[in-house]
Amino acid sequence: MNSEKNEREPLFSFKNRKLLLNPLNKDNPITIQVLGICSALAVTAKLEPAFVMALSVIVVLTISNVIISLLRNGIPPRIRIIVQLVVIASLVILVDQFLKAFVFDISKQLSVFVGLIITNCIIMGRLEAFAMGNKPWPAFLDGMGNAIGYGWILIVVAFFRELLGSGTIWGYPVLDKLGLYDLGYKNNGFMILPPMALIIVGIIIWIQRARNKDLIEEK
Amino acid sequence: MYSNKYIFIYSSIMVIIVAAILSTAAMLLKPFQDRNIAVEKMRGILSSANIESTADNAIKLYDKYIKEEIVIDASGEIVSNYENGSFTKGDIRAFDIDLKKELYNKSKKLNYFFPLLVCEKDGKKIYIIPLYGKGLWGPIWGYFALSDDYNKVVGVTFAHKGETPGLGAEIDTKAFQQQFVGKQIFNDKGDFTSIKVVKGGIDLIPENIRKHGVDAISGGTITSNSVSDMLNDCLENYLPYIKKQK
Repeated sequence: MNSEKNEREPLFSFKNRKLLLNPLNKDNPITIQVLGICSALAVTAKLEPAFVMALSVIVVLTISNVIISLLRNGIPPRIRIIVQLVVIASLVILVDQFLKAFVFDISKQLSVFVGLIITNCIIMGRLEAFAMGNKPWPAFLDGMGNAIGYGWILIVVAFFRELLGSGTIWGYPVLDKLGLYDLGYKNNGFMILPPMALIIVGIIIWIQRARNKDLIEEK
Repeated sequence: MYSNKYIFIYSSIMVIIVAAILSTAAMLLKPFQDRNIAVEKMRGILSSANIESTADNAIKLYDKYIKEEIVIDASGEIVSNYENGSFTKGDIRAFDIDLKKELYNKSKKLNYFFPLLVCEKDGKKIYIIPLYGKGLWGPIWGYFALSDDYNKVVGVTFAHKGETPGLGAEIDTKAFQQQFVGKQIFNDKGDFTSIKVVKGGIDLIPENIRKHGVDAISGGTITSNSVSDMLNDCLENYLPYIKKQK
């Protein structure tokens, strides 16, 4: 509430761009902050639910960040967590209702995990750490950036799990068309189980740390 | 600092606004959701009669194959019949019956009605009986398709609200459901046996009753038993009706 400046900043100033882009890589909510792991393991067996989950989190996090940022000067500090939760919960219920009405099959696959977006640490974390103290536009970028940072990991994990576990991409039988099964290839059923998501996330973290010098910890 | 009064007013207004938004959304989206649930139900019914459908063509296929929707009472009398889109008797549509409520009425010895769907496929009649019961964590339900001799199973589908993934949840897989095909619910003397889900596999039971049993799911004993109970509780309601037809 105190770091606001009076002079106008360009919409995509260096600082604002960093808000959007940092969470994609060196401040990634999943691989660096290790938040939101639970849903990352649960909904990534197939690309389609992972994509819908990513989209839902983008919607919820971006909008709730903006709402909290707009309300930030009126929210009594003593009940701020409650207010944040009410905003998140209402948005999640809205998203859930929309999914049930328009993409019923996917909503069935995601089952409780849409509801559990409420407890996704990334969202509460961003509201408390960023939206409570920043203007709506930076809050919008920050929410968007973090949600996309979460989403792309989900989609990458889901891509490998679906390809290696079920032999399909977005339900399309790629490996079957390539004729790999005739050569004796078999799907790895292990990829469908949650532990493999953890291992893939681990590999992403490994690659990311190896490539990005900022992330290498000093001994 | 904010006063207590401010906090009270703030939270009251917030709650009222949120309640208004959510209830409006729920009301506007209800018709779409109800339609999805109905389509889901139709797909389950069709699937038990081995008719594959998608969310898009389910309604069309349902109208094509399900010729009659019969409602029967405790004594096996037909109280309502809905044929090809119009009532020929009574005014209860079998498709709309809430099985949970009827089973409750039955347990309380109140009046109850059960639905029976008649499917016509390749010139043969298939009788589809909806199922509903308790699983380990929540409700389980399904559809049970009998051939025109009211004995042989044509197919069956099960669904569940939240059985344990990998264990009890396996009841909704093709592999489990496929076992029921060709089994019989009456023994050679004509007594009702239902179909038992046998823990340890049907190899453990005598040869002559294997046609009334299927293999249970390892690690899913309670769900497997629930399926047995559900089949017994739901199918027995149709015995008076079946007796009259024979």
